[in-house]
Formats: sequence, structure tokens, C-alpha cells
Amino acid sequence: MTTNQWTQIGFFFVLLLLLVKPLGWYMARVYEHKPFFLGKWFGWLERLVYKICGVRPEEEMDWKGYALAMLIFNVVGGLILYAIERLQNHLPLNPAGQSAVPPDLAMNTAISFITNTNWQNYGGESTMSYFTQMAGLAVHNFLSAASGMATLAAFIRGFARKETKLLGNFWVDMTRTTLYILMPICVAIALALISRGIPQTFSNYPSATLVQPTSYDQPVTNAQGTPVTVDGKPQVTHVAVTEQSLAVGPVASQIAIKQFGTNGGGFYNANSANPYENPDPLTDLIEMLALLVVGFALCYTFGVMVGDKRQGWAVLFAMLLLLVPMVFLCVHSEQAGNPLLNHLTVGKEGASLNDGNMEGKEVRFGIVNSGLWATITTGTSCGAVNSMHDSFTPLGGFVPLWMLMLGEVAPGGVGSGLYVMIIFAIVAVFVAGLMVGRTPEYLGKKIQSYEMKMASLVILIPPMAILALTAIGVVTDAGRAGVSNPGAHGFSEILYAFTSQVANNGSAFAGLNGNTPFYNLMGSVAMWFGRFWLAIPCLAIAGSLARKKIVPQSSGTLPTHTVLFIIMLVSTVLIVGALTFFPALALGPIVEHLKMIHF
Amino acid sequence: MLKETLIQLRLSFLFVIVFTVITGLVYPGVVTLLGQVLFPRQSNGSLIVVDGKTVGSELIGQPFDDAKYFWSRPSATSPYAYNAANSGGSNSGPTNPDFIKTVQGRIDALKKADPEMADAPVPMDLVTASGSGLDPHISPAAAEYQVARVAKARGLDPAKVRELVAQNTQGRWLGFIGDPGVNVLKLNLALDALGTSK
Repeated sequence: MTTNQWTQIGFFFVLLLLLVKPLGWYMARVYEHKPFFLGKWFGWLERLVYKICGVRPEEEMDWKGYALAMLIFNVVGGLILYAIERLQNHLPLNPAGQSAVPPDLAMNTAISFITNTNWQNYGGESTMSYFTQMAGLAVHNFLSAASGMATLAAFIRGFARKETKLLGNFWVDMTRTTLYILMPICVAIALALISRGIPQTFSNYPSATLVQPTSYDQPVTNAQGTPVTVDGKPQVTHVAVTEQSLAVGPVASQIAIKQFGTNGGGFYNANSANPYENPDPLTDLIEMLALLVVGFALCYTFGVMVGDKRQGWAVLFAMLLLLVPMVFLCVHSEQAGNPLLNHLTVGKEGASLNDGNMEGKEVRFGIVNSGLWATITTGTSCGAVNSMHDSFTPLGGFVPLWMLMLGEVAPGGVGSGLYVMIIFAIVAVFVAGLMVGRTPEYLGKKIQSYEMKMASLVILIPPMAILALTAIGVVTDAGRAGVSNPGAHGFSEILYAFTSQVANNGSAFAGLNGNTPFYNLMGSVAMWFGRFWLAIPCLAIAGSLARKKIVPQSSGTLPTHTVLFIIMLVSTVLIVGALTFFPALALGPIVEHLKMIHF
Repeated sequence: MLKETLIQLRLSFLFVIVFTVITGLVYPGVVTLLGQVLFPRQSNGSLIVVDGKTVGSELIGQPFDDAKYFWSRPSATSPYAYNAANSGGSNSGPTNPDFIKTVQGRIDALKKADPEMADAPVPMDLVTASGSGLDPHISPAAAEYQVARVAKARGLDPAKVRELVAQNTQGRWLGFIGDPGVNVLKLNLALDALGTSK
């Protein structure tokens, strides 16, 4: 790694940490219903939403009521989205005449967008009408992010409150998150992105005359659509291409929320690698900050809401410890490059340019911003990509896979990442309590058997789902049919697909062909479990904790803002992740790495 | 419980509709309006117009394989290279034998076009496909690799070609963020303009 690469990574994390406090403070104002300037300007809109929908904002809910509202909202949202996809050929704004989305793909896509995953088994421009994109998919970029943040707000109130059943009102938290946090900041991000060249228009694709015309060979097919062969050779026609159709559209508005809400579903097939989605190093920096900042800032919000900011900083530093070393492993591996290619490009007497593995990467971002992005997009549940993870070196590709397997806690999706991380903190104090023989406490609340049962569910469900689904994918013909690269790398493609969907990430080793009934169905199961089977036990814990008294601190209390606790928390996350997934990782990236260096 | 569920069902339905209007119509509408007013050129795709004809976008690459042009990076878009309506990478795994063969083929083609460079190390970005398949840039090393060939094909002084390369290089932001890249389309247009003004 070069000095410049170290500087770029350092600069990025310094900028990020500078943004944590102001944004975290602001979000705490929103969730604690304290006054702030946007509340004065847009209070009328908030009240109008309540009036139209019939929300009674002063009525708070217990954990069951909150969970019920959250689940019903997501089911209804998913069904409406499914209906829009299935009926898009009868709906307006369909100039390209897209036909109805097939049932299995429509279900996978609907679940993908309500769970904040944005796994995409389709190409947007070839499958979805403008109406589906705008009134269907884009809306859930906001609502799924808000749903995660609202759940977190209720979860934190479980710690902050005492001797009450009430955790807040789901509809109020949803409305305030969307109107005061997500939308205004996304308008600012979108305008910054437009100023650097990201398109924002509703007009048709402009056409450009190529400076040097090109051509390609198209296979000849008969009336049934099967290729025609003569003497065993497939017949082709020569097609000249003189025009380049430049796909523009309302891109910037979607990119802003897809990053800021850790959604990750791109406007274009190549996501943020496409120059229209990410034209230069500055937009890349803005998009990376946008996808990471909410996850970290929520730690500060957490600290403010529980009345002890040190607790928030402790969780934040644990997340950084899990994240930053992996950035260096990824960048280092990609910079070292692919030995199979490196020996082809050396010149006379072994002279080499040492320019790393550039397959699937863009020149303007280089190795360092591709590796940095890959690590943080999988550390959060964003899943947007600015380079193709499938073409990373085995160890470079190991990093995003590993970040997904840690359970999306460094810092994870907006809201969902922090509540799962706090579950790990509960497990850490429990383990520590066992070691010294005391009843464990976290933030003044006793951790008892009910909390531990729920926490165990949160920790056990994702690996069970990932490993079981991968096993099914590997042993069935339908699963193996989607693989595009041979050998250990093919196994990694299947493993990555299910890990990404359970973790609600949505990035892919994109060589895998996921648009088959098998992957659409299995993926839907993975995403649904990964989202709601974690959110519900978390809300149950919050409900149980809210009812408890605050235990006064004593000499036997384990302080949870110290370096010692940060190390314990990081160790808990690493041990759970490593013990569960090591055998699977050994069969995928590790075997491939060993094969590659001994080619 | 049933009554509560029915109330929440009705509320959910209305909530989705209301926010479809706010985040699905008003939000993109407001951003489009502001974008078109404040940054009209960028909002519409940063198009390059020469003599009244749109010849491309300064952000989107184009394919070149003529000796007199600088070549762009390989592109894996389908069905033809640099299809700006279907961006994407190859997704080839690093140990896939077919992928290694493809790269070898690209190296052979480069060396065939300029046998004088046969002993020089090949810049990696010039023989690997980008993530988008639309990468408008090549690395400065990849431009330098091609300077002699382009200068010879056009009968130009290599120093003049290097000057144009430097003019069309996008540096790092603030001098240290990102990697420098040479915009191939703008460079080739500048070379062509040189020819017509003579």
C-alpha cells in the first residue's frame, strides 16, 4: 500500500467522525420530540400526515403493539408493491411497454425492497416501468430505512425508560424519520451529486454519434428462438453500431436515498460503478460518507437518549475496530493483485507497474476507493457497489463476505445495525457476568433469562439461515445452475448470495444468475427471516427492559464504556462470527486463495 | 387484537399512499426542478456537442480500436462494448481459466498494434474490463503506453501528443482523493480537432 492510500483512508474516517456528533445530536432531537428548526417549518406537514392517515400521535404503544404495527405496515407495503409490479402493464408511465413482472421475481423484489435489502434479480431498465421504479421501489427506499430507524428508537427507549410498558408510537417515529431526517438531507446530497454530473431529468435518453463506429456479431435464431448452426458452427450476422444511447433519468434523487438509507439498489445495472451514478472521486467520497454516517451517528443518538454519551462512543469505537482493519486487508489484497495476471503483464526483465487487480474496477476510484467502498458497503447493509466484488482476489473478496457474516453490526443498516450490536453488548455483559458470578446489567437494567433467550435467537437465526440455504443451493441442481465461475469461486458465489440476503445487504458476487424460481424463492425466505426474525426479539427485549427499574451502580457493576468492555464486545462479535462461518469460508475464498498463489 | 389489527391495516394502507405521494412524486419532482434550474448541463448528462452534433458524454466512455486513437479499457457490456444503456462488468472470478485467456488475448492485440512496446510492462487497467463497462478513463501509464503508436499513426510529434494527454487528465480531487485518469473520448476528440484545423 502507498502513502497516498493510507492518507485517503485516514482522511475518510476523520471526516466521518466529524459528522457523527452533529447528525447524532440532531436525530436525538427528532426522536425525543425536542424543538429544532425543521420541526417548525414542516410541523404542518407532519400533522397533515397524521390527520389523513388517522394517527393519534399522543397514543404510545407497548412492544407488541409496536411490533404488530411494524409487521402489518411491511406486509401491506409489500403487497401493494407486488401488485404494482404484477399490474405495471396496465398502469401509467410505461413508455417502454414493460410487461408484468413474473410472480417469483415480483415477490423477491417486493420483499427485497421492504426489508431494506435491495437485492436485485433484474435489470431495472429492462424490467421495470417508470411508475414501478418511482411509486413502488423508490418509496420503499425511504420507508424501509425509516422502519429500521423507528424500530431502533423504540429499542433505545426500552433502556432509557423505567417501569413503563410504552415504547413510543410506530407511525410517529416513521413520519418524523422520513420528514425530518431522510428527506431534507437527501435533497442536499442529491443537489451536490447533480453539480458533479449525476443526471436528474425525466426526458428521454439522448443519442450520441460514436466517434469511431463499432460492431458486434449477433447469433442468428430461427422462428422458435433457437440458434441456427451450419456444419456445427453458430451462424452470426454482423451488426454495425454508430450511435450510443445515453441512459439518463431521475438518477440523483434515487442515488441520494439509496446511499443515505443504506438501501443500495442502483438506478443502473452497474450501480455506483456507472459514471452517471458516480462520476468522480468527490462524488465517490460523498456517497461513501452518506452510506456510513447514519449508522455511526445513531451511536451518538443512543448515547444522548440513554443519558450517557460515553456508552454511545464505546459502541462506536467497537464498530470502528471491526471495520477499519478489514479496509486495510481488502485494499492490500487488491493492490497485491492477481498473480495469474501479474505474470502476463510484466515486461522485459520482470519490470512491472504494480497496479493491482483492476478487473471490475474503475480508474477514477483506483484500488483504494474500490477496496474502501467494498468494506464499508458490506459493513453497513447498503450493498451498493462501485466495483465488482465477484472479480476481487480471493482475500479481497473474503473481506466483504466476512463483513456480512459478522451480522451487519459495523455499523450495519440504519437502525437495524445498532440494535443487533446492542444485542451483542448484552451477550458480552452476560458472558462477563458469568465469569465473575454476578447478575449482569447493561445501562442499569438487569439482564435476565428472558433477555438472554431473545438475544440468543437474534444471534443464532442468521447463521442457521445462511448455512442451511447455502447447503441447499450447493446440493441441488437448481442451485448449482446459477453459478458462473468454476471451482471454489462458484461456492463463494452461492455463499455470498445467501449471506447477503439474510444480512439484508443486497450486494452480490454478481456472476450468479439469481433470477430463477429457485433463487427468487429461497432469497425471499432469507431476506424475510433476516429482517423480521431479528427485529421482533429485539422489540421483545426492549419491552421487557422498559418495565424494569434502574439498578443503582455499585462496585460490582461492570462499566460498559471502558476500553476493556470495547475489547470484550469486539471479541464477542468476532468469536460468534468466526466459529460459525470458518468452515464455510475455508471451502470458498481460503481454498481459492491457496490455489491461486500456487498456480 | 382483531379490531386493533384492522385499524392498523387501514392505517398502513393510507400511510403507504401518503408517502408514495411525498417520497415518490414530490421529492424527485423538487430535486429535478432544482437540478434543472441550477445545473442544467449536468442534469442532462454532461453531453459533448461538436458542430451541433452530440458526440457523447464527457462522463461515458466509447470504444476505440483504430491505431490512430487512444484505446479505452476493455468493456464487458452486452451485446456490444460501451453500451451505455446496459452497464455492467464481466464478473469473472480471479482464477477462472477463461478469464485469464481473455486477458492474454488483449495483451497480444496491444502488442500486435505496436510491436515496439513488446518488452514494456502492460498497464493492468488497459487489459481488464471496468466495473461499469463504461469507464471513460485510462490510467496515465496506459496513455503513455499508447503515445508512440498514436503519434506514429497520425504523423505527430510524441511531445505534442503527451501535451494533449496532460490536458485531458483528471487529477486527484484536492490533489490526493481518488486516482488520476485520462479521459479517452475527450483526448481523441482533441486529436481529431488538431487534424481538421491544419
